[in-house]
Amino acid sequence: MASIIIDRIQKSFGPVRALEEIHLEVHDGEFLALLGPSGCGKTTLLRIIAGLERQSGGRVLIGGRDVSALPPRKRGLAMVFQNYAVFPHLTVADNIAFGLRMAGADKARMRRQVERAAALLHIEPLLARYPAQLSGGQRQRVAVARALAVEPAVLLMDEPLSNLDALLRLEMRAELKAVLAAAGTTTIYVTHDQTEAMGLADRIAVMHGGVIEQIGDAPEIYHRPRTRFVGGFVGSPPMNFLTLPVREGEVALGGLTLRTPTTAPEVVLGLRAEDLRPAAPQEGFPFELRVAEPLGSHLLLTGSTAGQLLRVVVPHADGALPAPGQVLHLRPDPARLNWMDAASGVALETRA
Amino acid sequence: MRRAGALPYLLILPSVLFLGVLFVVPLVQTALLAFQQGGAWSLDDWHRMAEDLNFTDAVRNTFSVVLIVVPLQCALALGMTMLLRHVRHGRDLILWVWSIPLGISDLAAGLVWLALLTDQGWLNTLLFKAGLISGPQAWLTYETPMVLLAGIIVAELWRATAIVFVILLAGVQLLPKEYEEAAEVFGASPWQRFWRVTLPLLRPSLQTALILRTVLAFEMFAMALALGGRNFPVMVSEAFNWQYGSQDYGVAASYAVLVMAISVAATLVYLVALRVPAEQRA
Amino acid sequence: MTPWKHGLLWSAVAVLCAWTLVPIYLLALGAFGGRAIVSEWPKPFLPVGLSLDTLGAFLAIDGVWQATWVSVQAAGICMVLALLLGMPAGYALARFRFAGAGSYRLLILMTRAFPVAILALPLTVSFIRLGLYDTPFGVALLHAVLAVPFATLVCASLFQGIPAELEEAAWVFGCSRLTGFLRVVLPLALPGIAAASIFAFVLSWNEVFAASVLTVRHRTLTAYLLSVLSESPLHVQFAGGLILIVPSVIFIFLVRRRLFAMWGIGNR
Repeated sequence: MASIIIDRIQKSFGPVRALEEIHLEVHDGEFLALLGPSGCGKTTLLRIIAGLERQSGGRVLIGGRDVSALPPRKRGLAMVFQNYAVFPHLTVADNIAFGLRMAGADKARMRRQVERAAALLHIEPLLARYPAQLSGGQRQRVAVARALAVEPAVLLMDEPLSNLDALLRLEMRAELKAVLAAAGTTTIYVTHDQTEAMGLADRIAVMHGGVIEQIGDAPEIYHRPRTRFVGGFVGSPPMNFLTLPVREGEVALGGLTLRTPTTAPEVVLGLRAEDLRPAAPQEGFPFELRVAEPLGSHLLLTGSTAGQLLRVVVPHADGALPAPGQVLHLRPDPARLNWMDAASGVALETRA
Repeated sequence: MRRAGALPYLLILPSVLFLGVLFVVPLVQTALLAFQQGGAWSLDDWHRMAEDLNFTDAVRNTFSVVLIVVPLQCALALGMTMLLRHVRHGRDLILWVWSIPLGISDLAAGLVWLALLTDQGWLNTLLFKAGLISGPQAWLTYETPMVLLAGIIVAELWRATAIVFVILLAGVQLLPKEYEEAAEVFGASPWQRFWRVTLPLLRPSLQTALILRTVLAFEMFAMALALGGRNFPVMVSEAFNWQYGSQDYGVAASYAVLVMAISVAATLVYLVALRVPAEQRA
Repeated sequence: MTPWKHGLLWSAVAVLCAWTLVPIYLLALGAFGGRAIVSEWPKPFLPVGLSLDTLGAFLAIDGVWQATWVSVQAAGICMVLALLLGMPAGYALARFRFAGAGSYRLLILMTRAFPVAILALPLTVSFIRLGLYDTPFGVALLHAVLAVPFATLVCASLFQGIPAELEEAAWVFGCSRLTGFLRVVLPLALPGIAAASIFAFVLSWNEVFAASVLTVRHRTLTAYLLSVLSESPLHVQFAGGLILIVPSVIFIFLVRRRLFAMWGIGNR
């Protein structure tokens, strides 16, 4: 159990800067997700923390100890790899015991830890088998068991669920959450899947272009994105962004007049698809429908307003779909307006 | 992949016929030659082979070289493979240099080392300049059999390690690096990583390399002739002499069958000892 | 990696490079050092008087040029045979699932486990009867037994690496299987095939035993050098060795990028 401090870590590959100066603190016992699209630097950062990649600048501290120059095996951490990296030539039991064997633990302790870890991941019947005889999901459990068996100070996970099919991913996510909560290990979890990040993590660090754009818990990231990128990346469908002209601190949207905290000539209004409700024409703005998709519990409407793309989600059980070309009137939830600077995409003060 | 009637069979037909006529048939013919004399089954040829003066020497020499050289080359090739993985700049060039012996015939390699080891050659020059000897020394004579053996071993080491190295390197490149990274994260030192993870996962490549190298090693011919001449008979050179010199095709065939049998036996040993059971395949 | 380890690594690499190159360098020294160097004692380690004397004398020896020419012919024929037989077989293995594919692969692999050169012994008799004895073609045939399995496996792997969809697209747009192969697959596989052919050439060029058994008056270069091994003076051996080595080294340099991929595949 340890805290982690990433102190101004920077990484360049030749002329390409993969990571700008990153500063991050992970509290003892916390589960932090590094969330972002491919190429944003999240895996690079994780590998630097693990010691598999050398940083170009900055330090990594684990439990207050500067581990920046130490090889991976001396950092007191364990890792679950994206492709599991479960050794094919060793049995499941030997795989789980690997870290302990390398540390020179005695046989009794190894057996105990292996049984404990296998029980946590429900793989006791598989202990004598070889990885080639297991399914992908089972191999993934072995990888996690191997990491937990050494009772690491820090647990690193590199997109461990991305190679599983959708249903299995859902199941494993729930199991993983339960197991890791019980263990209480400080965990850093890299993923590009925002539902995974939101479901599992205590805090999420959203990364883009080698920079952390926002760190916060799920509700914060979701409802109060600090930048346009975060708003657009998190949530499905993505957040809507309307670029609107400002006149004397106010924005006109159909029949609505909204106050906006900026003096710039333009502002971007971020609205989540589910924060829009049908309204009377004089209390809302017009929305010209192009496509209506019934998605079971709700209806996804795609269309435009003020000449810009807008997606709306409304509850839907039965009944006729609105027709393409129809004009509906919508009203945003006043508590869910995200004002962003038109030029930089950074959030202005929001009311929530 | 498609299932398409006769076409694949037509495509492989030429090579099947070719190998059938030029490989399978002579193979059978050799066996027949060795076990027949004048149309009847007989072990005559084998007796003559075994009673020949050079037979024990030939067998002993061949085995001496193979049993020493093959393990040494394995170790050396493994070392070279592991070294090359740490090299980043100039990798291509170094790989090319280390692969050069692949393209060198065993005769040419023999000539190279002859130049070095001959009485007035460069090795003696070096020793002379270092003050270790007083004049040209003969290393390759029958009076110094151990030295001759050592010379042949070194020359074979020089020539044929590349064969093993290239196969091992190809195998190592195919290993996903995650295995070694995982080992590293979970506490394995470089030696432990090599011994417990890399080497076991290299078993298929090792098997291939060892089979190939061992079979080629038992075929040793030109190297022994170049460096040892009549002083270092080996099985294949004896076969050559019986056929080409004495025109006794029968005894030559016996030697050939002997070499084949040993090669097949060695191959089987490797196939069993280094096999990766189905459940341990990656 | 620490500077110390770095230094150790590069020293080891340098030693291994020197170990490979220095003996060849010394042979070259002997071959280019003129008449003097051959009998000189102690031998110099640096080039003193370079001359083409020795090489000239070697090439002037009766039979050497002919032997070289025989080697070139045999190697060329071997290369062509390896391609003609190996390419279609490789294509069949890559694109089709057919009963007997496994046995065929086994046949190919078996040739690896056998000392193939030994086959020159029984083939001598057959070749004499067929008039193939002492001809470059005869030698090439046996060399091809070594080269064809290798070429087959390499071609199979090459063709497998070219997506079948490309060929299928060619068929949809009007090609027959053959024209599709020639227009789409072959151009993409050409570098690999070129490398494999060069390798087949070098295989034949270097082979000693079979060439020595199967020729008597029209020897290959290797057979010739072997036959004069004990009697010939040192300068002949230096020059001969160098001439054997240089083409192979050049060829290996040309295919170096594909080299170990090929060797690794061809021996899987």
